[in-house]
Amino acid sequence: MSVKDKVWLWFHRMASPAYFYNLAGQLLPWSIVATTTLMLIGLIGGLVFAPADYQQGDGFRIIYVHVPSAWMSMFVYMVMAVNSAIFLIWHIKLSDIVARSSAVIGASFTFLALITGSIWGKPMWGTWWVWDARLTSELLLLFLYLGYIGLRSAIDDRRVAGKAGSILALVGAINIPIIHYSVVWWNTLHQSASVSKFDNPSIELNMLIPLLSMALAFKLFYLCILLINSRSELLEQEKRSQWVKELVTSS
Amino acid sequence: MGKRTGDFIMIEFLKMGGYAAYVWSSYGIVAVVLLLNSISSWRRYRSLLRRLKRLHGENNNDT
Repeated sequence: MSVKDKVWLWFHRMASPAYFYNLAGQLLPWSIVATTTLMLIGLIGGLVFAPADYQQGDGFRIIYVHVPSAWMSMFVYMVMAVNSAIFLIWHIKLSDIVARSSAVIGASFTFLALITGSIWGKPMWGTWWVWDARLTSELLLLFLYLGYIGLRSAIDDRRVAGKAGSILALVGAINIPIIHYSVVWWNTLHQSASVSKFDNPSIELNMLIPLLSMALAFKLFYLCILLINSRSELLEQEKRSQWVKELVTSS
Repeated sequence: MGKRTGDFIMIEFLKMGGYAAYVWSSYGIVAVVLLLNSISSWRRYRSLLRRLKRLHGENNNDT
């Protein structure tokens, strides 16, 4: 068997509903443990061990929830957009399930990025909100998520809803590079990136480690939600199938 | 370290150098939103399992 065949076999097994359902169930407990551990490390590191910022004092500690939320708001959207593309091109149902299962948690992260940013902005910038490029494009992202959720729930036919949602998610993906580069392209109030300059990050290590820990914890939290939601979606879509029948009657 | 020093450190920690309202409300909102997401996802999954159990249980009685 060639490598290509093996990859295809793996792909098809992964996309088989019963197989994915079981795999998700096995991964879930580990993801929950990892999420909790990393979140605890991030919280203690960020709130206790990280030194106060020389300009912002303890107010900078909002970074440990704000930045991971903002990163996740874009990451989840990219997962949605990529899966929407896969669904539109190859009609893989599992991809539609992943996209659909990500919408609410993605909107939640976007909401959190906006609200914690607003709370952070008040003492530091002296205002809750400004219509600058970074904030406006992030608000647009929230509307894209809400539009996606609304559009899908407005269409009864699952196939049509999947297709319409996928197209919306793909078109909206243009906004992601705009959010990312907004602080470079436009002169904004929002500060530019301090972590992603990996060769020379402008942030101290005992401030950085809790941040990375929280970022990973948020990513794993998303994985937990994704695993639970896609299991629910699979059960719902396959409720008449033999494997679901065996699953619910055996337990 | 006496009890008083311990209390002092705790109070200083909660004060967050004067930013208590901003820091704690941010963390609080994040905690609530993430918790609501977990609870709603989990409840949906459990209720779906129960519903399908009833569905297939009834089918079995019919045949």
